[in-house]
Amino acid sequence: MARMKFLCDADRCIECNACVTACKNEHEVPWGINRRRVVTINDGKPGERSISMACMHCTDAPCAAVCPTNAFYTTADAVVLHSKDICIGCGYCFYACPFGAPQYPRVGNFGSRGKMDKCTYCAGGPEADGTPIEYEKYGANRLAEGKLPLCAEMCSTKSLLAGDGEIIAQIYKERVMKRGYGSGAWGWQTAYRETIAS
Amino acid sequence: MATLFGRVRYVIGALAVIWLVALAVPSAAQQPTSVNPTASSVKEEQLLRQLRRVEGRITIPDERASVLEQPEGRSWRQFHEVTLRWIGAIAILLMLAALVIFYLTRGMVRLENGRSGRTIVRFNAFERFIHWLTATCFVILALSGLNITFGKKLLLPLIGPDAFTIWSQWAKYFHNYLSFPFTIGVIVIFLMWIAGNMPNRVDVEWVKRGGGLIGNDHPPAYRFNAGQKAIYWLQMLGGTAMAITGYLLMFPFYGTDIGALQTAQMFHGIIAMLYVALIIAHIYIGTIGMEGAFESMGTGTVDLNWAKQHHSLWVEQEMARTGPNQSQAQPMATPAE
Repeated sequence: MARMKFLCDADRCIECNACVTACKNEHEVPWGINRRRVVTINDGKPGERSISMACMHCTDAPCAAVCPTNAFYTTADAVVLHSKDICIGCGYCFYACPFGAPQYPRVGNFGSRGKMDKCTYCAGGPEADGTPIEYEKYGANRLAEGKLPLCAEMCSTKSLLAGDGEIIAQIYKERVMKRGYGSGAWGWQTAYRETIAS
Repeated sequence: MATLFGRVRYVIGALAVIWLVALAVPSAAQQPTSVNPTASSVKEEQLLRQLRRVEGRITIPDERASVLEQPEGRSWRQFHEVTLRWIGAIAILLMLAALVIFYLTRGMVRLENGRSGRTIVRFNAFERFIHWLTATCFVILALSGLNITFGKKLLLPLIGPDAFTIWSQWAKYFHNYLSFPFTIGVIVIFLMWIAGNMPNRVDVEWVKRGGGLIGNDHPPAYRFNAGQKAIYWLQMLGGTAMAITGYLLMFPFYGTDIGALQTAQMFHGIIAMLYVALIIAHIYIGTIGMEGAFESMGTGTVDLNWAKQHHSLWVEQEMARTGPNQSQAQPMATPAE
């Protein structure tokens, strides 16, 4: 099986935010929740870079480790998913996540959190693939249809890559070789404990 | 001929332009290889080395999402999954073990002169109500809190994920909402008993003489002895710390960021474990640890001999205030106050 990863080529990202919009639309993500976002570092200064970030589907995911109810599971494609039926909305995964991926709908007073929502790598949840209940809770299951995450698929500059880690790393390496520079795969060291030589 | 010559001229002109361009190309082609945009750009490695997290600007309304990366989530994970479990297990089990050993060696602190049959009011109805309100909240808060740290290891394998989620969900609601009456209880206790809990010279002697727990000595004490004062002040400190860190967590991002929330959770967890251990000792001494002690919070009255044995100076005060007649009444019908 593949080991699915995301890779954002920061030297190509133009901060168009289309990945953010595509994700929200594809999954009918509720207002206030962003499964994917684009962060610009050193905005307006020379050498600024924009990086599109969502759940990185970490190796040995910290969210899964700290979850008090064991709501997380990892699929055969190494995608980190969670069950909204098991989640109690305690917020611990948000403390542990290095990428700020977990999001919570605000459902009551005192900042009380509803069931956690995060990027599913367009792979749905524990419910049967492609069912309306799965769509309602987790959004579309493109992976089950043989498609890759929409954010990466429609990226206009092909900055955001999704797919098997080795393949997208190879694509990135070739790019770096050809153009002669690259700022590295952002988040890979934290998420996968590996870097792509640039 | 003229037209042919004209065409040749155009061709020569075009060739000359191509030649000129071709001359210029090599220098232009060399330029991109000499420019490396990454050299002047921000770099992840460098940012993570310099700062604890990588932050930027974001165009969505959720400002919290501007934190791109915060790898210290890993150290928080280590704390929550390993360190806190050890702290909790050691604090609670050590306290339990100490109490069991103490009970087996020292046994219950007995009433030395038996019961006199006469009683004296120790805690009135309001005091007892506040005590039990706080105590009930504490027990529920402690169990629902321990569930977050230990439940997944101890309870989840026993009852399965679905039942465990239902229980944990309710435990979370109780934990959040019972914090309010608990906090009110701590504040009222603070005001209600602070007068009797100011340290004084009697406490020094009480501690020197082992407080009646070690040996069979019964040093004099006012309404609260030094041990009780210690419990009181530790409770106040613990309750305040729990309330502050708890409310920071309950109202996330009100004046806090992700790092502050992690820190608040760490303090909340460590203090909670020590607090639970402290209360176990408090429960022990109030029940099986001392004969006649539970009555003070149960019915509100204690036997006069118990009061003389443990709080001799307090009994003198009470006697002087209410007169001996009233306190000799056989069960006291009305509170002394």
